[in-house]
Amino acid sequence: MSTQIEQESEAETEAEADVETEAESTHQQRRLTAKHDRADMRQRAEAELSETDETVKLKVFRYDPEVEGKSDPRFDTFRVPFTKGMTVLDALIFARDHFDSSLTFRHSCRQAICGSDALFINGRQRLGCKTQMSDLDWPVRIEPLPHAEVVKDLVVDMEHFYDQMESVEPYFQTNDLPSGELEEQRQDRANREKIKMSTRCIWCGACMSSCNIAAGDNEYLGPAAINKAYRFAMDEREGEDMQEHRLNIIEQEHGVWRCQTQFSCTEVCPKDIPLTEHIQELKREAVKSNLKFW
Amino acid sequence: MHEHDVIVVGAGGAGLRAAIAAHEEGADVAMVTKLHPVRSHTGAAEGGINAALRDGDDWELHAYDTMKGSDYLGDAPAIEKLAQDAPEEVVQLEHWGMPFSREDDGRVSQRPFGGLSFPRTTYAGAETGHHLLHTMYEQVVKRGITVYDEFYVSRLAVTDHDDPEDRECHGVVAYDIKSGDIVGFRATNGVILATGGDGQVFDHTTNAVANTGDGPAMAYRAGVPVEDMEFVQFHPTTLPSTGVLISEGVRGEGGILYNGNGERFMFEYGYANNAGELASRDVVARAELTEVNQGRGIEDEYVHLDMRHLGEERIYDRLENIIHLAEDFEGVDPVEEPMPVKPGQHYHMGGVETNEHGQTCIDGLYAAGECACASVHGSNRLGGNALPELIVFGARAGRHAAGTDLGTAEVPTGPSARSEDETDLDTPVDPGALETDGDVAADGALVEPAEVVDHAVEMERARVEDMLERDGTNHAEIREDLQKAMTRNVNVFRNEEGLKTALETIRECRERYKDVAVADPSRTFNTDLIHTIETRNLIDIAETITLGALARDEFRGAHWRQEHQERKDDEWLKHTMIAWDGGTPDLYYKPVILEGENKEYEPKVRSY
Repeated sequence: MSTQIEQESEAETEAEADVETEAESTHQQRRLTAKHDRADMRQRAEAELSETDETVKLKVFRYDPEVEGKSDPRFDTFRVPFTKGMTVLDALIFARDHFDSSLTFRHSCRQAICGSDALFINGRQRLGCKTQMSDLDWPVRIEPLPHAEVVKDLVVDMEHFYDQMESVEPYFQTNDLPSGELEEQRQDRANREKIKMSTRCIWCGACMSSCNIAAGDNEYLGPAAINKAYRFAMDEREGEDMQEHRLNIIEQEHGVWRCQTQFSCTEVCPKDIPLTEHIQELKREAVKSNLKFW
Repeated sequence: MHEHDVIVVGAGGAGLRAAIAAHEEGADVAMVTKLHPVRSHTGAAEGGINAALRDGDDWELHAYDTMKGSDYLGDAPAIEKLAQDAPEEVVQLEHWGMPFSREDDGRVSQRPFGGLSFPRTTYAGAETGHHLLHTMYEQVVKRGITVYDEFYVSRLAVTDHDDPEDRECHGVVAYDIKSGDIVGFRATNGVILATGGDGQVFDHTTNAVANTGDGPAMAYRAGVPVEDMEFVQFHPTTLPSTGVLISEGVRGEGGILYNGNGERFMFEYGYANNAGELASRDVVARAELTEVNQGRGIEDEYVHLDMRHLGEERIYDRLENIIHLAEDFEGVDPVEEPMPVKPGQHYHMGGVETNEHGQTCIDGLYAAGECACASVHGSNRLGGNALPELIVFGARAGRHAAGTDLGTAEVPTGPSARSEDETDLDTPVDPGALETDGDVAADGALVEPAEVVDHAVEMERARVEDMLERDGTNHAEIREDLQKAMTRNVNVFRNEEGLKTALETIRECRERYKDVAVADPSRTFNTDLIHTIETRNLIDIAETITLGALARDEFRGAHWRQEHQERKDDEWLKHTMIAWDGGTPDLYYKPVILEGENKEYEPKVRSY
């Protein structure tokens, strides 16, 4: 049985409203604004809490195809003692280790680099490990990533995501290596800077899950795979011929042109990768490259 | 049953490099991993990769620094291989497109790191491991290497000849996490363990939740000795609330440590008058805790790491990731205020005993990376030496398993490598008997390789069914008690009483584990089952760490003993070996090899 969870519309609406300011502000300003907002929220949340006996209510999606009583999807409520600095992942681990050891979710590094705990938290794709409980409205609703098949509880099938990632030839290709075994290729600092954000992708799948286009078109490469293509297409070490080849891949029918710049991918990316910008830039490159052949 | 020439268990840095190397030698390779490869903990490494790439530096200097850093407990043939192969391996990564940080001339950047006599740490921002992991996974995709992701290897298929050196490894048994099937994997050429760290033995660690020492625990129970397990590295700069790592790169770039009085204590109190914050990790970790213990800490728990003076531009250029970590996990903006830091478990120098080709004493079984002990780090690993270890020894194990002749190994392994003179050896611990039922990987001295694997599958199936069907204790309670006991008693500072207390708790945990049961009846994605199997591995690993620490009554590298405040070269220039002898840990020693290719390394006082 496949459980597609209904996509909430809040995330998209918010995302569109933020588009303009997002594009205008610099990276640093964005960081500072987010930081102040967060500090405000934490202060408010902490003011409302007495330190010790406060509990936070989690409403967690449950489903297991082979266990009687869990094969009909439902929400379970867990009450977890709140501690300062607690993340959503901390709360889930507490619930699992103290109340129900069958509660199932992926997680590993708990420092926002393994990308395995992307979840749908209060109607938005986020990493459980880097989302502070005090930054959320309570009770906290935790669901699996939308637009993917649920395997069990909060675990979704990632195969389609991996397939899309691998379809863009996600590996460095050049015929022009320097001679001499210990001689490295040269790369301009500016070029490294250009691809830097694109190389930060941790394959969490949040962007793909938030994308309306990907939800309606299963063949659409999606923001993560296109960003991976960007990472190589813009790397000067690969050379012009290879860039041409890469632009052909992303220009296919279900490639960059499907993107409708809704910015939801950029909005949810836990590594702040400007995914929408990268997609637009590839569109421009594709047009420029086609013009040459007219 | 699946069959391949080479099976690599684990798909982090060492596993990926091993698979690529074996594939390049023409072998049919498969990776079997409990996480998808890009989820591996190599991705969390921050600082960089040491390699002698530039004029003024050479492999011999790198080897010398590594030997000194190891406090003369590394084996010279392994250390020299590390230093010799690292430059070529790092340039290879660059050729595979790894986005290293760059100098103005377009070449890869290098920076200073603790304990290094030359700035030879090559890096990619403060997220070197992430880029290393992804670059190598990309090469695996390019080559079409088979990856069985979310398959948890829980048992080795090894023959049970009496002498471990006669045993052969023919494959592994894995639990298919998605379907719940127990599946056999036969390896015609070799199995390479690349399962990474075991930091989950402690409750304050930089390690991922998946780092549960599965490889060393399985190899240990199959008869391979584990080596130098008492040497656990505590990183000096982890965030107090979570254990998240703040890279040594911060100090490499000029970050300063202050105590609660605002004093630069590394100099002020003479912990390291020359190197200061860039002394090696064990020195800095002890200095920090001493400050806290003497009342000069902050909130009786931590010290401050300050990088504000580096300026926003430089911080963004080289350490941006640190800003996000400090903000997201500690609520501190390090551009504007100092970061609170304290030591946390970070790396295990000890592990599965291998030679410099990654071979263990069991034929067909290899180990590489953090789960292995070749040994290059001795009693203390230098920052920036873990990543070259992954690629150098991952590649060597992969090549050897695929059939390449790497020459005769110089580092001896197995029970026959014991020190000759053991008659007066006084093991100051009384290793108790362990529960052994069904632990040895195969039995009946089966000779048909496929039968050995089938037999191991049957044994594992029975064990899993038993745990799923019975009622009993949940593993989480046992794991928590184990982790707390280890952090309390087997930490940076150790004493005999504490170590004995820890040993008692570990043995209680082992008793309680006999009643462990998995509450989740589901076959699909049963993480309760996985964590239960992992917890058994943690118990075995914790016991070897504590036994080794109790036996070694000296102060060397990361191993500090309250009652023994000096390095005793006369007695202790030897590796602690622990072997699973019919369920009773057998503790013995083998000599350290200080003789290198062109020189003999002379133990000196280690000052920075």
